[in-house]
This record gives sequence, C-alpha cells and structure tokens, in this order.
Amino acid sequence: MAQFNTNQFKGGLKIILDGDPYTIVENEFVKPGKGQAFNRVKVRNLKTNRTVERTFKSGDSVEAADVFNLDLQYLYQDDEFYHFMEPNSFEQYQASEAAVGDAAKWLKPQDHCDVTLWNGVPLQVDAPNFVTLAVTETDPGVRGNTSSGGTKPATLETGAVVQVPLFIEEGEVLRVDTRKGEYVSRATES
Amino acid sequence: MTDEAPSWRPSATRETLARRAALLADVRRFMAERGVMEVDTGVIGRAPPAERGLDALSVKDAGWLAPSPEHALKRLLADGSDAIYQLGHVFRAGESGRWHNPEFSMLEWYRPGATMSDVVEETAALLATVADTSVVERVRYRDVFREHVGLDPLTAGPAALARVANERGVAPPGAPADSRVFWLDLLMSVVVQPRLGRDGPVCVSGFPADDAVLVEIEPADARLSRRFEIYWQGVELANGAQELTDPARARAAMARENEAREAAGVAPVPVDAALLAAMDYGLPASAGVALGVDRLLALMLGHDGIGAVLPFAWARR
Repeated sequence: MAQFNTNQFKGGLKIILDGDPYTIVENEFVKPGKGQAFNRVKVRNLKTNRTVERTFKSGDSVEAADVFNLDLQYLYQDDEFYHFMEPNSFEQYQASEAAVGDAAKWLKPQDHCDVTLWNGVPLQVDAPNFVTLAVTETDPGVRGNTSSGGTKPATLETGAVVQVPLFIEEGEVLRVDTRKGEYVSRATES
Repeated sequence: MTDEAPSWRPSATRETLARRAALLADVRRFMAERGVMEVDTGVIGRAPPAERGLDALSVKDAGWLAPSPEHALKRLLADGSDAIYQLGHVFRAGESGRWHNPEFSMLEWYRPGATMSDVVEETAALLATVADTSVVERVRYRDVFREHVGLDPLTAGPAALARVANERGVAPPGAPADSRVFWLDLLMSVVVQPRLGRDGPVCVSGFPADDAVLVEIEPADARLSRRFEIYWQGVELANGAQELTDPARARAAMARENEAREAAGVAPVPVDAALLAAMDYGLPASAGVALGVDRLLALMLGHDGIGAVLPFAWARR
C-alpha cells in the first residue's frame, strides 16, 4: 500500500483519511524553534467535496489514494448507472448518480468527460467545459430582435434549461458553457 | 515527476537583495554601536544540540551543521569573551515550508552579566532601529495560553490538553497521549501563535520548564524557564533566555531530551562534550537571544513567507 510522508505533502496530492479519498488543497509546515513540527493541511473530501483542516505530526505517513483521471466517452444511462468507455481500450466504466452529480444535465452520448476514478471506480464526472446541444423547447422567437435585449428559458436535449437570447428557435443547436450554465453562441456546424 | 531543469534564477528580486544587504549592514552597525563584537565560528560542530524537536544535518566524516551558533558562542564566553554576536547561516533538517528553510540566516548574541530583561530590551531596541517597529506588548506565556486555550499550561495534565486539542479539531493521529510537552507545543503553535503580534511584535516570557535545556529555571517557580520569544504577525521571530550555567543541570536536561527522542522513535544524538567541558570550567551568568533574519526581512517587506527574501530558496538551491 503506497504511503506519502508529510514532507511530500503538496496541493493536489490524493490521500486516504478515515477511509475516504481526499485531495490536499493547502499544506503548511508549522514548527516552534524549540519543539515539535506539525503539518497543517486543508483537505477536500473527493466524495462530498467538503473541505476540512487536519493536523499531522511531521514525518508521519498517510495512505495514498489510488485516484487518477481519465478522458472517457459517455455512452448511455440506465436505471442504475451512467455508462462510459475509454475510447482506446474500449474498457467500460459505470458511474453512480452521485458521481455524475450536476454533470448529468449536460451529458450527451459520444461526448468526452474528465472522470476521476478511485480504485478504478468513477468518483466524480466533470462535464466538458463546452457542450453543443439542440433546443427542444422554447417560446417562439421574436422577429427583428437579433442581437441584444432580453432572454428567455430554453430546454436543451439533455433536459438542462439555460437562458438564451429571444431570437433562438426550437431545433437550433447551441454552444453552452457548462461551468457557468450559460449560452455562448449558436453552434456553427462545420 | 518531470525531469525539467530547476530554474537557475534567484528567488529574490534584485530590489529585495538590496534591502537584504541594507538590513545586514544595519544589524552590524547596531551591534558595533553597542559594543557587541562580531565572531564567525564555523558552521560544522562535533555534536548537535540535544533537543527533542531539533534535527541537525550531518556532514559526512566531519560532524554536524550547526542549527544555531549557541554552543560555539558559549565556549567563547567561558573563555572570557565579552558581548559577542554571530550573523550567519544555520541548518535544520526537514524544516521546509512558508516560514522555514533548511538553511537560513540567524542573528544570535550573548551578553555576559546581563539579565533576560536586558536582552528583551536590547532586542526591542534592535527592532526599533533596523525594522522601525516597536514591541507593543509584553505578556506571560501562562496568560496568553490561558486566554486562547482556556487551560492553565502550568497545571493542566496531558489528558486535559489533549481534550482541548480534540475539541478544536487540531489533534493529529498517533499523538503521544501522555506527553505534556507535545500537547503544549501543538496548542501553542496551532492555536495561540497565529493570533500573536497582529498589531506589532509581542514578547512572551515564562515558558514551561518541561523541555528547557540550556536555559535557567525560574528560582521562585521551578515550573517555569527563563525563556522568551518574540512573535510578529503570528510568526516566531526571536527566542532568548537567561542562560543556564550549571553543567550538572545541562547534562540532566540533555539526557532527558535524548530519552524523549528515543520515546518518539528518533535517534538520540551525541552530547557536546566541548560545551559541557566549557560549562564545567565556568560559563559566566549571561543572557542571549537568536533572531531569524529572513523572517524579519520578510515581515518588514510584507511577504507571507521567507521564500521571496532568500537569494535561492531551498527548491532552487
């Protein structure tokens, strides 16, 4: 079982605490001139995303978390899981609803996602920063209003709802920034 | 891991290097004006200090890099030197972080015939002269610990200290539950110290005697050592004391520290026979203080760590 010594601690290192995988956000070495050395670390739980502070005796070791990221292609969803595939090996992975979380509303089959795996199981799925999705439902467009002005809600093919300019019509394909949940532009088919 | 070449460039800007040079010159001028003579004892010693919390770097076939010039300066005092200081590099294994570098610059000075309060005043005068700041508060360790931790550090047992550490969420795994020194160090460094010196340097004196080594014990209360620290912006800046003169107590303290090292799974160190021989010969009553020069400069310039004031910080050595 791999271990990390406190002197290897740095931002981004993945460790196991109380059975859960964590990532180190910040590491601070604390030591009085006369006395014991400590590492004060801010760690984020990769399952819950909650950040907590922990203290370690300097020189101690902590279990390393087998956590890494893969670029996976989203295939489909069934009652239980979201199914992904590694495009080179064709190996398939099943992600729980909890692991997919908010990314679910942006997932369209064939799209690629950054997936964090812990012990080979998807822990977190990040939607692509930009997705291209068709509008399935929105109020009729307002003629003559092509650039600025108000917005209206539009439902996309994945079920996500974003605010779009008034001139957007049903059936149009849009480019959306998933981090902000915002309309960017009409998608230009190439 | 990447095998990218480390940057050859300095960690400090040329402007910072100029400020650093000016600070070193100001310190030397201050010492010269007060009749403290500069000495430059070697950085390699035959034995490291026997302290539970200090690890010296060993030099193959030569000895140990000094974590402070204390032993050499005390041998000079025993030989009859008057007030002396050393301004130079010291080395501590494994101390790496925002406010730590395994190699750093220390100003350390001793005055035979002086008391601890004389040296506190002289340190305050130094800060006023070279850093244009004044010591704003003088507090007792016992009071400041009680204020921030809610326990009396002189009477609280390890179980009570551990309970507070657990309540505050700062207790590390694998803590030596019955070590008072451990819990005091933890609560002082993690709970109390970050809150000290926000409005200017603060002098804290009267530390618990549990881990005192080359420091006099308070005659009126054997639970206290005659040691002080100066903190500024939550950073430990200086550590000073009324220096221990009794070689028997020094031997006993070093033996106790080596036992504590072994209990913590750390190798004991050889004791410095030359220092003990000098104390057997006779160390004059004196007080002394050591000050971290890199930390002082970083705080003067408003940096949040010493990396930016070191010509080449550890990662760029």
